[in-house]
Amino acid sequence: MSGPETSLFDIEEMEINFGPQHPATHGVLRVMVKLDGEKIVESKPIIGYLHRGTEKLFETMDFPQCIPHTDRMDYVAAATNNQGFCITMEKLLGIEIPPRAAYIRMILAELQRLASHLVWFATHAIDIGAITPFFYNFRDRDEILDLFEEYCGARLTLNTMKIGGVPYELPDGWVDRCRKVADAFPAKIDEYETLLTENRIWKKRTIGIGVISPEEAIDWGLTGPPLRGSGIRWDIRKVFPYDRYDEIDFDIPIGKNCDTYDRYLVRVEEMRQSVRIIQQCLDRLPDGPVVARAPKVLRAKEGMVYGSVEAPKGELGYFVVTTEKSSKPYRCHVRPPSFINLQAMPAMIEGHLVADMVAVIGTLDIVLGEIDR
Amino acid sequence: MTDETPKSPEDAPVTDEASKAESEAAADVADKTAEPASEAKPEAEVPSKPETSAEVPEKSTEAKKVLTDEEKAAKIAAAKAKAAAKKAAEDDGPPKPPWELKPVPPERADADDDPDVVALAEGIEGSVLAAGRFAGDLTITVPAAKIVEICSFLKTERGFSFLVDLTAVDWPDREEGRFDVVYWVHRFDDSCRLRLVAVVAEDQIIESATGVWKVANWMEREVYDLYGIVFANHPSLERILTWEGFNGHPLRKDFPIEGIDTGAAIYPDVYPTGGGPVVKEEKGKKA
Repeated sequence: MSGPETSLFDIEEMEINFGPQHPATHGVLRVMVKLDGEKIVESKPIIGYLHRGTEKLFETMDFPQCIPHTDRMDYVAAATNNQGFCITMEKLLGIEIPPRAAYIRMILAELQRLASHLVWFATHAIDIGAITPFFYNFRDRDEILDLFEEYCGARLTLNTMKIGGVPYELPDGWVDRCRKVADAFPAKIDEYETLLTENRIWKKRTIGIGVISPEEAIDWGLTGPPLRGSGIRWDIRKVFPYDRYDEIDFDIPIGKNCDTYDRYLVRVEEMRQSVRIIQQCLDRLPDGPVVARAPKVLRAKEGMVYGSVEAPKGELGYFVVTTEKSSKPYRCHVRPPSFINLQAMPAMIEGHLVADMVAVIGTLDIVLGEIDR
Repeated sequence: MTDETPKSPEDAPVTDEASKAESEAAADVADKTAEPASEAKPEAEVPSKPETSAEVPEKSTEAKKVLTDEEKAAKIAAAKAKAAAKKAAEDDGPPKPPWELKPVPPERADADDDPDVVALAEGIEGSVLAAGRFAGDLTITVPAAKIVEICSFLKTERGFSFLVDLTAVDWPDREEGRFDVVYWVHRFDDSCRLRLVAVVAEDQIIESATGVWKVANWMEREVYDLYGIVFANHPSLERILTWEGFNGHPLRKDFPIEGIDTGAAIYPDVYPTGGGPVVKEEKGKKA
């Protein structure tokens, strides 16, 4: 549903500010849009309202001290942020983690992906006008957060991984409770889908909106569901398997029409695959230690490493530079998926209506904490 | 920073054990010497002290103290031997899984014969200044003056169609140039990644890669904002994470961690326009 070809009223283009305080921007995103009536002629996202200088802070802290700060970037998916940092540090220090730790990490990361996708589902739907899924999503997200709380005491900023493994053994009965949540989940996803997938209004609002071709998607550096929605089968978990993802059987869903509706379907299918991964991990959960034997004070060699994980939003990478025998990163750069994905927004919404811009922001699934760092 | 603690990750566990054994032995010795000394001193004040401790003459404590050095050495040697024997016994047992061994940090390796490096060196003369591999990541140092040529060569000839990351590193005291601009590119065909490092001096301008990969746009803006590296031919080189009028580049090593006083752009009539932080004289006046 693109806008009318000619403007109805012969008025000049109007420039308006969208945000930074606007519920549909998922935080403090400000978009300056040039409008011709209701049609978007040009748009320019302005970011940085949540800039906290995390990368500068990293340079003053020991490697393990950095981990709680990674929580605060993508705050609806803290576990995958921890995982990305720990994997990069293990690559740098040459630490191999025990299999049990890897499996616990995968379970936590996939639970986190479910929780993050539920937030996306709820807010994306509410932005477009479907308020009901919000209640269902947040009801079920709470069950996942309860599992996190039981494991590490926190619900949002988890700090649930450490360099060399995970900090705690699973509590008694956790595996059974986690399995209960996972087994019940596919039915819940069906429930969400009955609300939207074949909904006429939903389809009208999403099909053909925010189309980005595969070539453009690569040029704009999209990763995660926006790239897969454009038909490119690419997932860090498959391409550069970390932890034990190479032992797990799961599929990478891709879209065909490169639009908002396809990205919606991709994410919904990803939730089902996450459930599959969790179930497999719980079945195979090996015994043994949960943390590798590593020195208390970690000192790195001089070098540059880049490590990345498939976060719910896309490829989350950490680029760490160290000097000889240092216990702090000399430079730690984060490649936040939301930051890169948001960049493509102006290209995706040009010519659409203002209401569609909200749909595109929702489909990119941005988190401003990660964009501004 | 604790400089006495393990010097590097690879020898850390060993030194840990040895030093632990040493300190334990030392503590043992200390306990033994402290015992008679402490009991001998209050001897006069505490008459109810057991006979045995009262009998200990001053001389013998001194003699014992003299002995302690040798004794200490012997104890340490014994403890070390014990640790070594324990280690040997462990070595004889079944092989340990890698997560129970001390971590082996990755080694640096030469990568001059990597096909991509060879192709790049042949394709563009003088484009490869150095090539190395660390922790599985291939890094090529390239001249900053040819960066766009190199990027487009890699994209069109070698299939590196995806720019994953672009950032910079600040080395304030380096002679050949203060900044490293780091490109991290990806090829979909065989999932191969390589890193380009271009060294840029503080006042040097580097060509923008936005013509090669659109995604470089915001990444370069971020580098400009946080490091002050200027990219030529960039469509709109503006600050992105800090605000326009912010004076300074936060990720430079000489930027204070606690931040600076910036009032610019918010109060243009109070602070000079384009001016960023309060200039020093004004700050003095204000205070």
